Amino acid sequence: MTSVPYKIEMQNVAKSFGPKNVLNGIDLQVPAGKSLVIIGGSGTGKSVTLKCILGLITPDSGTIKIDGEDTSFVSGDERDRIMRKFGMLFQGGALFDSLPVWQNVAFGLIHGKQIDKKQAKNIAIEKLDAVGLGAQVADLFPAELSGGMQKRVSLARAIATSPEIIFFDEPTTGLDPIMADVINDLIVKCVKDLGATALSITHDMASARKIADYIAMIHQGKIIWFGSVSELDHSNNPYVDQFIHGRATGPITEKAEYTTRRA
Amino acid sequence: MSQSPAPSKNIFDPVLNICAVIGASVLNMLASIGTLTAFAGRSITHAFSLPFFVSNLGRQMMNIGYYSLPVVGMTALFTGMVLALQSYTGFTRFNAESAIAAVVVLSITRELAPVLTGLMVAGRVGAAIAAEIGTMRVTEQIDALTTLSVNPYKYLIVPRVIAGTLCLPLLVLVADIIGVFGGYLVSIHVLDFSPSNYLYQTWDVLTTNDVVSGLTKAAVFGFLVTLMGCYHGFNSARGAQGVGAATTNSVVSSSILILIFNYILTQVFFS
Repeated sequence: MTSVPYKIEMQNVAKSFGPKNVLNGIDLQVPAGKSLVIIGGSGTGKSVTLKCILGLITPDSGTIKIDGEDTSFVSGDERDRIMRKFGMLFQGGALFDSLPVWQNVAFGLIHGKQIDKKQAKNIAIEKLDAVGLGAQVADLFPAELSGGMQKRVSLARAIATSPEIIFFDEPTTGLDPIMADVINDLIVKCVKDLGATALSITHDMASARKIADYIAMIHQGKIIWFGSVSELDHSNNPYVDQFIHGRATGPITEKAEYTTRRA
Repeated sequence: MSQSPAPSKNIFDPVLNICAVIGASVLNMLASIGTLTAFAGRSITHAFSLPFFVSNLGRQMMNIGYYSLPVVGMTALFTGMVLALQSYTGFTRFNAESAIAAVVVLSITRELAPVLTGLMVAGRVGAAIAAEIGTMRVTEQIDALTTLSVNPYKYLIVPRVIAGTLCLPLLVLVADIIGVFGGYLVSIHVLDFSPSNYLYQTWDVLTTNDVVSGLTKAAVFGFLVTLMGCYHGFNSARGAQGVGAATTNSVVSSSILILIFNYILTQVFFS
């Protein structure tokens, strides 16, 4: 164990799907109470990294530690216990469309923490208020809400159980720039209020700069750069430079994925 | 693939190719049976451990049982009616009209009510389950369940499979009664039989085993239909096409399994 308390530690995590190596030995440490953003292009392994930590995907090799406890191959009740530390905001919201908004937000409280329904509804309305939604949306169904409102509800659900760790999967994708900024502000506020550790993946640099304490860049299934936000603009890493400036030419595009698409 | 005949080509290549294709599909089938069995095993073990989602079970029983009543009732009514009519045209040739009541009640209770109810429910409920769970898979709602510390097997699959296994026998019991009643209607009003005679003949030939075997079949079919719906939905591929394929596969595979298990159960009960 190192002196700095790491909330999440990944060591040499690898995962392949058939012949395709998605993760080629990820090494990543997320310090407790900090917000780490993983940036990288599409198909570089960002989502798979998150899903490995959550146990939704089992890695082929390597270790994943949460609070110093090896969770790489944990399942069943043990997994449920570990999952109680987590909240997650899914890319598409992933709200349960058969349940009204308040039951979505209170889901983890009612089923995970066995809090009684009335009390859970009050907490849900509190959390909806925290993300800027009034009590009147509580009884609507997710399908009746706009994309931005669904994201807010989803955020409220992610923070409802006051988790120690929150994951954000492309939190601003599909939103207009103003709504994206609103969501970014909410994320910063919620994470700070809870004192939680946050791990986000995004390719939206404006969002990354806003919500991150540290940034890690992933490329071809490996972490190729890690540093604080202030170091981002003078990283001297050609991959990072190309990505944050969104240039079409550079070391990233010389590689397979982009070139084959153009050919 | 190039069409030019390579001189070094082995003359057994075409044969080997065919073998490879057959081998690959056999391996595929065995793998599917394996994953399906593992899925069924996991569903059953989760059914016997807490927590148990009672309200989900209630909702599914409403869906699978109560809302299937109209379609199952109509199927049973017309099957009973046509059965009486068809056996009359056949049996008059041998002056065996008195056997109509027996034919109707035995075919309905032993075979037609369970099988037809199973098939109708496979179309109505199995497809809906596969589409719903498949959409939940595609939109990451199943992953969301896991991140909220709720086991998707317990929350989604166990209630549906139990509801199917419990509701199908009840539906078949209703179908038995309506089916016999359909035969009665036609015999009395179209074929001019005596009502009391018809009822007496029906009652006389019917044994407990006929009804119990039908209800047992129904429970097995209910299990199969809901399990296949859940299995295909749970393993649905990405996108609208994936969900569509899951729905089709669920209906086709549960229909075929119903017919196969119908034979096996008949063999067990009546030999």
